[in-house]
Amino acid sequence: MSDAGVIHDIGYQRYEGPRLGRTAVFGSIYQHGLRASFGLGRSAKAKIFPWLVAGIVLLVAVINAAVKAQANIVLFDYFSFDDTMSWLVIFFVAIVAPELVSRDIRSGVLPLYFSRPLRAFDYIGAKFVALATAVFLLLGVPQLIMFLGGAFTTDDGAKGVWNEFLDLVPGWGYSLLWAVLFASISLLIASVTGKRAFAAGGIVAFFLMTAPVVGVLSILPSTTAQHLAGLASPMSLLVGVQSWLRGRNDLDLDIGEFGVIYGIELFCLVFAAMLLLLARYRKVASL
Amino acid sequence: MTIIATQSLTKTYGGGVTALSELTVDVEAGVIGLVGANGAGKSTFIKIMLGLTAPTSGDVRVFGLDPVTETDQVRARVGYMPENDCLPPDVSAAEFVTHLGRLSGLPKTAARERASEALRHVGLYEERYRQIGGYSTGMKQRVKLAQALVHDPDLLLLDEPTNGLDPAGRDAMLSLVHRIGNEFGISVVVCSHLLGEVERICDSLIAIEAGRLLRADRISAMTGVSDVLAVEVSEGTDELAEALTQLQLTVTREGRLLLVPLTAQSDYDAILRAVAELDLPLHRLDQRRHRVAELFTAKETADV
Repeated sequence: MSDAGVIHDIGYQRYEGPRLGRTAVFGSIYQHGLRASFGLGRSAKAKIFPWLVAGIVLLVAVINAAVKAQANIVLFDYFSFDDTMSWLVIFFVAIVAPELVSRDIRSGVLPLYFSRPLRAFDYIGAKFVALATAVFLLLGVPQLIMFLGGAFTTDDGAKGVWNEFLDLVPGWGYSLLWAVLFASISLLIASVTGKRAFAAGGIVAFFLMTAPVVGVLSILPSTTAQHLAGLASPMSLLVGVQSWLRGRNDLDLDIGEFGVIYGIELFCLVFAAMLLLLARYRKVASL
Repeated sequence: MTIIATQSLTKTYGGGVTALSELTVDVEAGVIGLVGANGAGKSTFIKIMLGLTAPTSGDVRVFGLDPVTETDQVRARVGYMPENDCLPPDVSAAEFVTHLGRLSGLPKTAARERASEALRHVGLYEERYRQIGGYSTGMKQRVKLAQALVHDPDLLLLDEPTNGLDPAGRDAMLSLVHRIGNEFGISVVVCSHLLGEVERICDSLIAIEAGRLLRADRISAMTGVSDVLAVEVSEGTDELAEALTQLQLTVTREGRLLLVPLTAQSDYDAILRAVAELDLPLHRLDQRRHRVAELFTAKETADV
């Protein structure tokens, strides 16, 4: 500890360079969050789970593309791929959302953040965009692989590639909806506690507990109840939105004429989760 | 140059708890000690200066800026080291301080350079690539100081920087703070409940108690008032006290010491002569300055 003399010899240099505004700060929280989502810049332990999930999803996409190329059997299209991967998405956000927010609460680092020129909105906004990007990459990259598989083995030349591409883009859009909904809800749950295990458990519990509710509602005698059953769970909500926008879905969820309600609920859920997050962090930011 | 100015600053929390009441103080650049017992309102004062909470009434200016409305400009020029543990265990100090540098608006490369500079200034070298979780308390305190320094602030707010440190660690931290204030040209506000600690390194002191200003002044003004001579003899303390009283000197006893305020230079000789005449074995005769603590105790007792 008595290295004072050594430090003494090195003069202190004032910083004269540029100081960037809040946009740049937002960008650096986003970048940091996105890297942390996949355990980059963290210990090897932090990389295991995100990459395990990403690996499985990628493997499924590769198999899907290979089967389609070789045997011309379509296991999943771009939409049902997301639906089928829902469990993995749940596990992914259950690990990553606490990594992004609970960890900061746990380590008490927030006072250091909020004593700098950034606001609650910048912090939570950047974390949300980072997690949504991570989930989108988790689904979108495998979809891209499926597309490449389809594009390289098409028999119709450029037209076949173009058709495949026209299938991919709505698929990406669907993945984006998944990303936005799952990111907002899981961040909200994770922001409640500083304990990562609790946060992860809470997120898994929330997504899984809502699924049986859909099951119960869908066997009620009322047709309206059956049509609205999908609203009860985030996964079936997204399937319902798919039905509404695309006219059909690959799971047998019948939403009747209530498509627009599914759309409204999706929007409201995301919006409400973000507002609650903002309110929560406004309070945290004022310490 | 005045860096912090407050006008009857008052902060009342919900539930009627008054954290600061009518605090009016002008703070000059330099190393400033902010002392007061736990719960005296030190942390609230810091939070108000950072724009983390708004004052209930009154006015505060940091570098002439209002932290409530010009939060970003104030925060860009201020570095804050909180009292509590605030470091994630699973990243390296270099990476952590770089990240916080970027959050202060430094471009990527500048943030990296300044982070290693700051860590070097606080005395962390190769260790900075290790994960913070493995650091000692002293090293963690240094990382906390480095993150406050990384964006080259003009003012550092240090909340209990010596918390949890052993005596050697305290000395190292205090001399570091002293050097930051005197060589780096950065003003420092050091919060502490240990007066003896801050008086060694500060140019001026602000003492608050229960949210009220007790005293704010330069250390030199507080300590330079009068000097006291401490006399210790191994026997005959009472006789000496009597003899000195007869010489028109005010004598106070403090354990085995006799404290005699020096009013004139001749007093020194008079005391020596008295000891010699009584033929007492003299142990100690040293001139000591008023300690700031004594001033406060005297004043606090007077208040009661």
